[in-house]
Amino acid sequence: MTKVSMTVNGKAVSGEVEGRTLLSSFLREGLGMTGTHIGCDTSQCGACVVHVDGKPVKSCTVFAADVAGASVKTIEGMANADGSLSVIQQAFQDHHGLQCGFCTPGMVMSSAALLAENPKPTEAEVRHYLDGNICRCTGYHNLVKAVMAASGQDVSALAAE
Amino acid sequence: MPKDHGIGASTKRREDIRFLTGRGVYTDDMALHGQTAAVFVRSTVAHGRIKSINQAKAAAMPGVLAIFTGEDFKDVGGNPAGWLINSRDGTPMREPKRPVLAHGKVRHVGDAYAAVIAETVAQAKDAAEQLAEDSVIEELPAIVNMKAAVADASNRVHDEIPDNLCFDWGWIEDNRAAVDAAMKAAPHKVTLELVNNRLVPNAMEPRASIGEYNPGTGDYKLTTTSQNPHLTRLLVAAFVLGIPENKLQVVAPDVGGGFGSKIYHYGEEALVLAAAKKLGRPVRWTAERSESFLTDAHGRDHVTKIELGCTKDGEILAIRTETLANVGAYLSNFSTATPTFLHGTLMSGPYKVPHVYVNVKTVFTNTAPVDAYRGAGRPEATYSLERVIDKMCRELGLDPFEVRRKNLLTPDQFPYQSPVGLLYDTGNYQATLDKAMAMADLAGFEKRAAASKAKGKLRGMGLSTWIEACGIAPSNLVGVLGARVGLYDAATVRVNATGNISVMVGAHSHGQGHETVFAQIVADKLGIPDTSVEIVHGDTAKIPFGMGSYGSRSLAVCGTAMDKAVDKIIAKGKKIAAHMLEAAEGDISFADGKFSVAGTDKAKTFGEIAFSAYVPHNYPLETLEPGLEETAFYDPANFTYPAGAYICEVEVDEGTGKVDVVAFHCADDFGNIMNPMIVEGQVHGGVGQGIGQALCEFTTYDENGQLLTGSYMDYPMPRAEDVPFYNVDYSCLTPCTHNPLGVKGCGEAGAIGSPPAVVNAVIDALQRGGHAHVTHIDMPVSPSRVWSAING
Repeated sequence: MTKVSMTVNGKAVSGEVEGRTLLSSFLREGLGMTGTHIGCDTSQCGACVVHVDGKPVKSCTVFAADVAGASVKTIEGMANADGSLSVIQQAFQDHHGLQCGFCTPGMVMSSAALLAENPKPTEAEVRHYLDGNICRCTGYHNLVKAVMAASGQDVSALAAE
Repeated sequence: MPKDHGIGASTKRREDIRFLTGRGVYTDDMALHGQTAAVFVRSTVAHGRIKSINQAKAAAMPGVLAIFTGEDFKDVGGNPAGWLINSRDGTPMREPKRPVLAHGKVRHVGDAYAAVIAETVAQAKDAAEQLAEDSVIEELPAIVNMKAAVADASNRVHDEIPDNLCFDWGWIEDNRAAVDAAMKAAPHKVTLELVNNRLVPNAMEPRASIGEYNPGTGDYKLTTTSQNPHLTRLLVAAFVLGIPENKLQVVAPDVGGGFGSKIYHYGEEALVLAAAKKLGRPVRWTAERSESFLTDAHGRDHVTKIELGCTKDGEILAIRTETLANVGAYLSNFSTATPTFLHGTLMSGPYKVPHVYVNVKTVFTNTAPVDAYRGAGRPEATYSLERVIDKMCRELGLDPFEVRRKNLLTPDQFPYQSPVGLLYDTGNYQATLDKAMAMADLAGFEKRAAASKAKGKLRGMGLSTWIEACGIAPSNLVGVLGARVGLYDAATVRVNATGNISVMVGAHSHGQGHETVFAQIVADKLGIPDTSVEIVHGDTAKIPFGMGSYGSRSLAVCGTAMDKAVDKIIAKGKKIAAHMLEAAEGDISFADGKFSVAGTDKAKTFGEIAFSAYVPHNYPLETLEPGLEETAFYDPANFTYPAGAYICEVEVDEGTGKVDVVAFHCADDFGNIMNPMIVEGQVHGGVGQGIGQALCEFTTYDENGQLLTGSYMDYPMPRAEDVPFYNVDYSCLTPCTHNPLGVKGCGEAGAIGSPPAVVNAVIDALQRGGHAHVTHIDMPVSPSRVWSAING
C-alpha cells in the first residue's frame, strides 16, 4: 500500500492504495464518491469519465497512484457554487438527456470537456465526441440535443437530416 | 398552449437532479458496516461435468471467509419458470431445476459453480482464481446450434431431457388444418427463412446484489438491481431459499436500466443472502461487464420460417410460421412465455388475416439463458410479418404502402377478435400510416435518392406497420394459459396530515420517470401541485404487492391502480366534507382541489379534509374511520394495444456495405399521453435499440460454446454516431377503452417497430440499386453481410 494525495473537486484528499487500485475505485471506495460509475471492464462505456487536470479521462483505465498530485473533477463537482445545476446539467434536464442516470455522470463530464474544446459543436461533432460514451436508454437523440442546447444553439427544430 | 403541469404536461423529471449531481444511489454505491465481498467462480467451458472442487488452498488465502459450492444448495429449491407451456400433444414442458450454483454439471460458459466470500473484492478474486485452478471439470461436447441440438439426441444439456426440447407448441393447434388448407389454396405463396439475432440487453448498470442478515431478529434484506422487488422476494423466499416472505425485505434502489434483464431472479441474489446468514455480515456482489455478457438473460434468438398465402393483388389469406427458439441452458423466469404467448398471439399483426398458425419449438443449448428483452416476443413476430409482407410486395410488384393499407384493420372493425387469441379493443391503423407517410415526405424521396447517388450511395425506404400487446392480463385468463403468477398491480395513496401525499406503487422506475409522471397524474386528479406528491417504489417494506415494471405495463396497470386508489380517497373525502359542511354526501362534488356543496359557495379544501382526517375533532367517528389512506389493486380486463407505422430511410455504401440510417419517422398510437417529453424519450430509446439490433448487435458463440462477443470491444453497441435524430409523433391516438386513463404503454414500441423498417429499407436500397438478387439479409445487416450479399 502506498499513500496517494490529489485534489478532488477543489479539496485536498489522500488515501492508502494498492498499486492495482484504479482511480475509479479510489474515488468510489476510497473517498466514498459514488457519482462516478463503472459500467464495463474495457474502457469502452465511458460512465467513469472524470477530468484530470482539465482533460477527460476514463477513470477505470488510470491507476490512482498515477494521478498523484493531479487536480481531479468529478460529477459531484459540476454544480454551481450555490448548488444549482450548471448550464450543461440544466440542459440535460431541460431536454430529457438522461433516463436511468447510470451513464449520465460520464456523459456530462465528456460533454463538458467537448464544450471546453469546441464551444459551438455541430451535431456531427457532438456525436463523434461522445463515441466513447455508451447510453442504452435515450437513443442519443436528447443527449445530443442537450449538448447542443448547452452550447447556446437553438435546438427546437432538430430532427433527422 | 401546452400544459405546464398535471396530465399532458412535459414536466421535467424530478429524479434528474440526483442523477445529474452524482447523488443517485445504485446498489453498488452502498457501503455497509462490516461488509464482505462475493466473487463467483464461473465455468470456462460450455458443458462439463464437475469432478471435484478442492477448497483447501483457496480457503487458506488472506481474507477468505467462506466458500460455497453447488453442494451447499443441493437441498434447496430451484429458480422456477413463471409460465407452464404445454406441447401440442398436451404434455407439459420439460422443466429442469435451475440451482443457485451449478451442481453436477456446468451448462454454459459463465455458469457459476462456486462462490468465494472475502474481506475485499481483490482478496475474493485472488481466491476464486485459486479455486478455479483446483477444480476439475471434465469438458463435454457443447450443444450450441439449435437444429443440431434437436437432431442429435446423444448429447444432452440436461441428462434427463432426451431431445433438448423444452416444448413443441402450436398456436392455435385446432386451427392448423384450416390454415394448411388456406395456404394450399392461396393463389400466391411467399416463404422467408430468417434469424432474429440474439442480443445482450446491456443495461449500463451491471447487476449487483447485497445480502444482509440480522441474527437478532432473523430478518433478511436483499438490495438488488431488480425491475420488480416483490416478484424477486416471492421467488427467493418461497421457491429457492425457503425464507418466510415476511422475514425478507427486498430493495431495488436506483436501477440503471433493465430492458427485461433485471426482471428475473438470479442465483447471485440467493447466494448473497445465504452467505450473509452464514457470516452474520453483509455480503455484496457486483457484476463485471464480462459477467453481464455471460450471465444476464439474453434476448431474441429465433430461427423462423414464415409462409404467407395471398391473392395476386396482395390480400393476405394465411400465415404459417415454424420457429426454433433458444432458451439457453436453463429456463429463466419468463423464458417460456416470451416465444409463445408474447409472440404467437401477435402473428396476425394489425392486419385482418383469416388464418394464422404458429409453431414454436424451444430448445436447450449450452448458452446463457434467453428471456424477455425490450419487446419480448413481439419484435420477433413483427419482424417476421413485416419482412415477409415486404417480400410479397416485391414478388408481386405491389406498393408496400398500399398493400399494408389494404390489409390493415379499419376503425369500424374494433373490437376485433384476432385468429391468434387476442381481442384488440381500439385503434386507427390507417391514421398512423397516413401520418408516417406525411412525415416521411414520400414525394421528395426521388430527389433525396438522387442526392445520395451523387455521393455514391444507394438510398432506400422501409416501412413497418406494427401492433403490440402490453400490460399482459387478465390474471384469470393467463392462469388458464399457464401463468404461475397474477398480473395485477397495486398502489397505496397515503394523504399525510398536512395534505401532501406519498404514493407507494408496485411498479419500479429504472429510467422511465415514474417519480415525475405518476406524481403528475395524482396531483392532476386531486387539484394540488405536483410537488405535493411523492412516489415511493422499489422497497417491499414500503410498497404494496405489485408485479413491477416490464412489458410496458407500469402506467396501464399500476397507473390504473393508483387512479383507483385516488378515487377512493376522493370518495372518503366527500364523506368527511359532507359531515364538516353539514350537507348530504350526494350533494358534495370534488373539483380543483375543493370539496363543495352543490349550489352553494360552501367548500373545504383538500388540505382541510386531510387535516380533519388525522385530527378528527369535527369528524363522523361513529361511521367513518379516521385517516386518509387507500390501497387499490387492479387486474386489467385485457391487454392494451399500442400500434403505429414506422418509416426508415437508409443510405448504403456499395463499396463497403456500410448502412447509415439517415431518417426515421415514427407515428405511434399510445392512447392518451401523460408526459409527451417522456413518451418521446421512450420511443427514441426503443428505436435506438431496434437500429442496434438491425445494424450492429450480434451475439456469437463458437462451436465450443465460447462467447465471442463478450465485451464492448466485440459486441457493437449502437453509439451516438450510429443513429440519427428521430421524428416522433403520437397525435393519432385512440384511447384505450378499458382503463380509466385511456393509456396503452410506450416503452417497447420503438424496439418492436424499428428493426423491420430498417431491414426493409436496406433491401429497398439494394433493389433500387440494381441488386435484384438480394431479397433478404439477416440481422445485423452489417457491412460484411451487405457487401457479401451484393457481391455474392
